[in-house]
Amino acid sequence: MNHPLLFRTPTGGRVDRSRTLRFTFDGQAYQGYAGDTLASALLAHGVHLMGRSFKYHRPRGLLAAGAEEPNALVAVIRDAARRTPNLRATQVELYDGLIAESQNRWPSLAFDVGAINDFLSPLFPAGFYYKTFMWPRQAWHRVFEPVVRQAAGLGEPPTLPDPDRYAQRYAHCDVLVVGAGPAGLAAALAASAGGGRVVLCDEQPELGGALLDEPASSLGASINGQPASRWLADAVATLSARPNVTLLPRTTCFGYFAHNMLSLNQRLTEHLAAPAPQAPRERLWQVRAREVVLATGAIERPLVFPGNDRPGMLLASAARSLLNRHGVKVGSRVVLVTGCDAAYITALELQAAGVTVVRILDTRPAAAEHVTRAALAAGLMVSANVTVLGTSGRRRVTGLTLARLAATGEVSDRESLACDTVLMSGGYTPTVHLFSQSRGQLRFDAAQQVFVPGVSAEREHSAGACRGTDGLRSTLDEGAAVGAAAAFAAGSRGVLASYTVQALEGSLRGQPGVLPQPGSHPPARAFVDFQNDVTSKDLALAMREGFESVEHIKRYTTNGMATDQGKTSNMNALGFVAKSKAITVPQAGLTTFRMPYTPVTFGSLAGYDRGDLFDPVRPTPSHDWAVAHGVVFEDVGLWKRARYFPRDGEDMHAAVDRECLAVRASVGLFDASTLGKIAVVGPDAATFLNRLYVNNFSTLAVGKCRYGILTREDGFVYDDGVIARLADEHFHVTTTTGGAARVLQMMEDYLQTEWSDLQVWLTSTTEQWAVIAVQGPKAREVLAPLVSGLNLSASELPHMALAHGHLGDIPMLLMRVSFTGELGYEINVPSGHGQRAWEMVWAAGQAYGMTPYGTEAMHVLRAEKGYVIVGQETDGTATPDDAGLSWAIAKSKADFVGKRSLARPTMLATGRKQLVGLRTVDPRLVLEEGAQVAATPNQKVPMRLIGHVTSSYHSAVLGHSIALAMVADGRARIGQTLYVPMPEGEIPVTVTTTVFYDTAGARLHD
Amino acid sequence: MLLIHCPYCGQRPELEFRHGGQAHVARPADPSATSIDEWADYLYLRENPKGLHAERWRHVHGCGRFFNALRDTTTDVFVSTYRCGEPRPDGGSAR
Amino acid sequence: MINLASAGLVAAPESRRWVLRGHAVAMAAAGAAFGSPLPTRAGEVAQAASSIADTARAALWLGPDEVWFITPVEDGAALEGALRTALAAVPHALVDISHRQVGLLLQGTDPAWLLNAVCPLDLSLAAFPVNCCTRTLFNKAEIVLWRTGPAAFRLETGRSFSGYVVGLLAEIAREQAA
Repeated sequence: MNHPLLFRTPTGGRVDRSRTLRFTFDGQAYQGYAGDTLASALLAHGVHLMGRSFKYHRPRGLLAAGAEEPNALVAVIRDAARRTPNLRATQVELYDGLIAESQNRWPSLAFDVGAINDFLSPLFPAGFYYKTFMWPRQAWHRVFEPVVRQAAGLGEPPTLPDPDRYAQRYAHCDVLVVGAGPAGLAAALAASAGGGRVVLCDEQPELGGALLDEPASSLGASINGQPASRWLADAVATLSARPNVTLLPRTTCFGYFAHNMLSLNQRLTEHLAAPAPQAPRERLWQVRAREVVLATGAIERPLVFPGNDRPGMLLASAARSLLNRHGVKVGSRVVLVTGCDAAYITALELQAAGVTVVRILDTRPAAAEHVTRAALAAGLMVSANVTVLGTSGRRRVTGLTLARLAATGEVSDRESLACDTVLMSGGYTPTVHLFSQSRGQLRFDAAQQVFVPGVSAEREHSAGACRGTDGLRSTLDEGAAVGAAAAFAAGSRGVLASYTVQALEGSLRGQPGVLPQPGSHPPARAFVDFQNDVTSKDLALAMREGFESVEHIKRYTTNGMATDQGKTSNMNALGFVAKSKAITVPQAGLTTFRMPYTPVTFGSLAGYDRGDLFDPVRPTPSHDWAVAHGVVFEDVGLWKRARYFPRDGEDMHAAVDRECLAVRASVGLFDASTLGKIAVVGPDAATFLNRLYVNNFSTLAVGKCRYGILTREDGFVYDDGVIARLADEHFHVTTTTGGAARVLQMMEDYLQTEWSDLQVWLTSTTEQWAVIAVQGPKAREVLAPLVSGLNLSASELPHMALAHGHLGDIPMLLMRVSFTGELGYEINVPSGHGQRAWEMVWAAGQAYGMTPYGTEAMHVLRAEKGYVIVGQETDGTATPDDAGLSWAIAKSKADFVGKRSLARPTMLATGRKQLVGLRTVDPRLVLEEGAQVAATPNQKVPMRLIGHVTSSYHSAVLGHSIALAMVADGRARIGQTLYVPMPEGEIPVTVTTTVFYDTAGARLHD
Repeated sequence: MLLIHCPYCGQRPELEFRHGGQAHVARPADPSATSIDEWADYLYLRENPKGLHAERWRHVHGCGRFFNALRDTTTDVFVSTYRCGEPRPDGGSAR
Repeated sequence: MINLASAGLVAAPESRRWVLRGHAVAMAAAGAAFGSPLPTRAGEVAQAASSIADTARAALWLGPDEVWFITPVEDGAALEGALRTALAAVPHALVDISHRQVGLLLQGTDPAWLLNAVCPLDLSLAAFPVNCCTRTLFNKAEIVLWRTGPAAFRLETGRSFSGYVVGLLAEIAREQAA
């Protein structure tokens, strides 16, 4: 222990002095108390240096005490995978054994090589990134960007997968109250008293907000005659006891979305030394609230003067919070620079705690009389009308130079003060982030010089300091009034309350901007945005270079960007811009408040959607069987489909060749259950399908199937599939696997919105049926002994016929259809019987050398027959004729979806791409799918390309490669030689018809 | 996430719905009788108003019904939702 | 292995299910065969005695022209026969979805809490009372939810989605245990 606890008060604060916690920062051991933050515990040791700035690597200490902290960003490390960067030390709750590291420094925080940037800073003006590294272009990726990223940046993310669990939750309530300070507590009490559902969330570990900063001593405020801390404890106890109230501490409301949906990030285990392995680390809440109460408080602004960023220079509110919550003194000799009355209270409390307050420097002619009087009565020295010309000290502030500022802008009476701490207060900015996210209109309050909520866009009410309300009693009363009103608006009952308060308080008002300096250019940098190292000079430069809009100035200078989003800097920048241009603040405009309010982990947003639960995995009925038989799966949408079944170390190529040959020579078994299925039932079923599909279904006999093509209204192929007529008024429509949902959607659309007079209804039956395809010359012999009551002969059950029967004891719809060109059947059984039916067929097939095959072989087998796959041969711009399917169109029909478009001149013009076959001269050469096709060889770039390869495989049964391609006027080019240009050289190909195998189609009808 | 009033089920979360494009675009009774321009208009031309827009939604993960809605595209406020076949409640242009 | 019991989860008894779609006249005819008028209000569930002692049939309103029938498998033939007879002369679609769906019963201490981890509906008793039903989403899976008691739900999901739904429920239940 190198650092004694010199800066801890002997008593007081809300920390538990009976529980000592050990921790390390940059390898150095320290100790703190339960209830400390990392920041307060370090400060108790006098450690202010906690980070290096983003661009200049300047030493930085704590500025604030809450979410607005821009400087003290640290990494907290639990193990190799649990390294959380960019945490604000002010929000890191201490636990025993905590390990934290500073960021953006090398080799150490105290000695940072990158600090050379600080001395080279004239080289890094605003717009640095836009002006530099323009040439040579290649160097950007290889040299400049890596170097810049290394030198300027925030913390490092962990490299291992996140081992933690994250939870999510939807919730509904009558009133959501954001912020549990005095306004939020009063609102929650009022809103919940009548029984309405109330959720109260606060980002801090303890509910209370600003009330937690009240001293327990007689200096502190009292509410309804009780000390504030007593009232707070009672209020929290009352709320906890109400079953209709959900209290969410450690929960940041970070996003306000449409229709009163708000996102909350709850930290569940971050504060624990040893979280239970079961416990989720964080929980994302999505709360739908009838009414929302925003009680998000206000954030103090720093003052902008040269050298305002040294370690030991803090917001006055931070010093007060550290003293009263944590029993920590920010320093020994404090100078307060303020343009705001509220900071006087801090000075008084520090003095009472034994800290030397060297002087109060007020930038205004005078403070309010009552705070001045209190300060003088306590023996404090106050200088008014001053500005700060500069500060000294590198790793800790050592002194400050002030001067008297005349109304003319002249400075006089320069004076230097020695100190180890400078407190700053430029007044408070209402926290309107969530209000603004909700698209509420902000209003500029000229008296307070801040933006406050104007017109709400949602059912929302703001209360307290976030609305510009000043004073504890007003805040409590307003919270109660708004809470009761919100409950009433939500349809429940609220109970109004009014409060009495006794306190010495100072107004939160101040003047945003930059402290006036003699001369046009201050001698040293005055920081506006601490996190992004933006100075008043940078802003001035941006304006000089012609950036008018504050949105442009923000992007050019990076003011208000990154994780901090300008919580402490936006108003000062605006004030400066407005003053420089001699316009009002609202004329200068306001940048957009974006979510999240503070950074949210990816884990929280991902929630349950990771690993095995990332997406539903849809298994087919043969899934377990396939796994037992060594399947390799393919993801098709959410389905797991068998891709191929390798044997004895086969690669995919060998397995697919074997599977294809088995189907051609004997019999194969294939799970086609994923095909979409829709029951189209009703008296107008045939009429409905006639209007949708290009085919004619009136002429389809009961017991027969037909291959159907569906185009969209634009005439392009949308889906295809076999459609079976089970009864006069009952069609069994199949779709592609991927098209199942969208075809049903399209059908419902036409039925509900265009043809609602039709008496026909749709039901998805995709999952009702398991579909087992038995394909190959031996298919009939395999099935015959299994089916009862059916004659499978070609005359009784020809190609495209169907029959009802039983497979063993399982009821079955048997369709004689083929996507292989072989004799084939598709057995439909209720899916709960699917696995058993599969195993029955498999057992029966053993005598015939039955081979299971997957999607890969299926693709080859159908390509050998020239059967198209929608989405592979077609791409959303192919008509049925382009795909060689015009034979399916019922020309006699007056109308069907797409018919009008197919009559457009461009659909009939020459030059359209048409489906053809391609043969390579070298039979072993398999073209690449997607390869382009050229009419003539040896073209120069840019070539004139006339088509592309859509499917390409090695065909084992043919002994050569085959390909399908869409080629301009392809059918007129059959016999021609075309060229496929590839990086390795041009491949000559011959155009053929699309059918490569069994061109007569005899095998289909065996 | 928007909160959408399904005319059949009441207020439900947006997740349960699918947007269906502009409302009141009727398919011509006899497409073959339309001119090429009329057909192109039906197929491709849609409004993109700033303000009230009549649009279709389907409560796809609920009752499955298509219905129409008047939504303000600048604020996402639903002024009204109504069943297919009913006229646009504000009397606005229905092509 | 997933511990369903700890999630208060059991598989529903084997059931038969049909979707009936049609106009009011079909619904009226089917109600007579079902044994009680079919639900006509959004999210309503009607129940009637099944042909098997001590069991009930249920009819769930899932859309203005869509009602689901769910009944124990032993009652299946009786119910289907009665429905087909009653509907013979009325335009309608009655489609068997017995195997399309998988049913789960949730009856732990707070099943609404389990569901609300990923289901975006308000499942408080006031908003979603006993014998209320709806189609909705359970994260990335579509489900049908039927509240059978103050702390009991029947959840129906597509067969191929059931592994996902059960796995996710179990994951959420671990959190409840933590």
